[in-house]
Amino acid sequence: MMRITTKQKIKHILIGKNPSEGLIGRIAIYGLLIIIGFVYLYPLIKMFVYSIKDLEDLVNPTVDWIPTKLYLENYRTSWIVLNYGKTLFFSLLVTLVPAIFQTITTSLTGYALAKFKMRGRVIVFGLILMTYLVPSQVYMIPKFVLFDKFGILESAWSIILPASFGQGLSSAIFILIFYQFFRMQPIALDESAEIDGANPYQIFMRIGVPLALPAYLTSFLFSFVWYWNETYISSLFLGTNLYTLQLRLFNFSSQFSLAQGLSQQAVNEAIKYSATILIILPVLVVYIIMQKWFVEGIDRTGVTGE
Amino acid sequence: MTKKPMKRNLRNNLVGWSFLSIWAIGFILFMAYPLILSFYYSLSKVTLSGEGIIVDFIWFENYRQIFSSAAGFSFLQSVRDFAFEILFKVPIITVFAIIIAVLLNQKMKLRGLFRAVYFLPVIIASGPVINQLISQGAATIPLVEESGLIDLINSTFTESLAKPIANIFSELIVILWVSGVQILVFIAALQKIDRSTYEAAMIDGAGPWESFWKITMPALKSMVTVSIIFTIINLATFSENDAILHIKNNMFALDTGFGFSSAVAWIYFIALALILGVAMFAIRLFTKDKVRR
Repeated sequence: MMRITTKQKIKHILIGKNPSEGLIGRIAIYGLLIIIGFVYLYPLIKMFVYSIKDLEDLVNPTVDWIPTKLYLENYRTSWIVLNYGKTLFFSLLVTLVPAIFQTITTSLTGYALAKFKMRGRVIVFGLILMTYLVPSQVYMIPKFVLFDKFGILESAWSIILPASFGQGLSSAIFILIFYQFFRMQPIALDESAEIDGANPYQIFMRIGVPLALPAYLTSFLFSFVWYWNETYISSLFLGTNLYTLQLRLFNFSSQFSLAQGLSQQAVNEAIKYSATILIILPVLVVYIIMQKWFVEGIDRTGVTGE
Repeated sequence: MTKKPMKRNLRNNLVGWSFLSIWAIGFILFMAYPLILSFYYSLSKVTLSGEGIIVDFIWFENYRQIFSSAAGFSFLQSVRDFAFEILFKVPIITVFAIIIAVLLNQKMKLRGLFRAVYFLPVIIASGPVINQLISQGAATIPLVEESGLIDLINSTFTESLAKPIANIFSELIVILWVSGVQILVFIAALQKIDRSTYEAAMIDGAGPWESFWKITMPALKSMVTVSIIFTIINLATFSENDAILHIKNNMFALDTGFGFSSAVAWIYFIALALILGVAMFAIRLFTKDKVRR
């Protein structure tokens, strides 16, 4: 008897009630997540290691993963070249603002398509997909001409306005995410609220929005990251006087020679990598803050016995 | 009594369009004109000169050229290659993203750290770093190329099949990099499930396999569509995609020009719409008997 129970005990520890709870399952899961995680971390680690190398370490072939000393001068240099303080502010202006408004507008659009069977719905769907499918390169010049007529070129408005009206970067995918999220919400909740006398806008604010919180978070995050990383539209619309951090990184070498007091130095990989890390950092911070808002079981509210 | 449904219908229309109005105004203001103009360009010979844009209307000449000239033919070929690539990549990416999302949604140690790491591809794949990575070889597995696996694939399959299959092996890690968004979309969908649902199912005797198909998959089902659409379009409009390069290169080429390039883009649009249509049809077929609510 004793033997069987130890055997069962071992089996319980190794496999568990549920494969993902046993030791073997745990090791497999963590192993997989760590290996893939390493693939994602690898370039970041490599960039970081390079970014703290001085010139000597950089040319020394025996120094690979561990620099001989912590050299932070590269960060100081790229901070100056990127004009970080000032550029960060402008970058946030053309990233945070479009991201917030794009999220709000696309959620309204997704809600309309999910909850109301109005006329022209199919056409709207087709147009939304069309704006997503047609390669943007081809309508950029017509857009440029149009924005010139509106007089919004070379200002932050050329980025903020289209985004606020749901015509921004990848707006279509956000509309689709919201559409699917709102469609999954139980109609019973809306109906009972309607019986209680709530109007459609109150139902949207009190039931629709809270239940779609994860969709809002992910959409905002994607929108934020994509606007942050964007250089094609911004280089075209912002002109030559306004710079985002990514644009400065894009033109790093020429910016470098323009920056004062650095003329005796040459650009090297280490400095470029430190600049890249400085640009990735704000996005990571935003993600880590937002991540806490992911809450499980948002559908717990109300409906039973469906 | 017969009047009520009519009234309700009208109200539905009005309220629906009020929610839609911001998008509709935006479309008319910012999108309609560029799209129409670009279509008009595709029917014209467009010359970009110092004095401005000269447009000669030539009907469907550009479209005829796509199907009869060398430049057009090499574009059509890259679309065909892309369609094959999609056929392999989309299922792999979708399944991979679902698995990772489910794993990351478990109760586990250091979950916050793991999720932060798995957000990195979202940041990096859309930024300037990804091209740097691919060019430096950090994104491919040297082992795969050195082990002769590629040669083996080339010798076993026909040419049109071998290329995409070989691509998949050499781009395995690239696939990991382009799955970041999909993982997060699935994690978002998983937040809708209350953990007590799983506990209740377990008490009722459901195993993890059943719980996955009966509880997890129905919640993820709608996001599978989103994920597939995103994957296809993301790969299709990636700035280094062959077809996109054709559009970009022809824009300022002397012999073809902006009009031809616009026509190419519109043909590409139609091709993508067809691919999406097929994908949607496949999803419907697949989910019909697998996941039932």
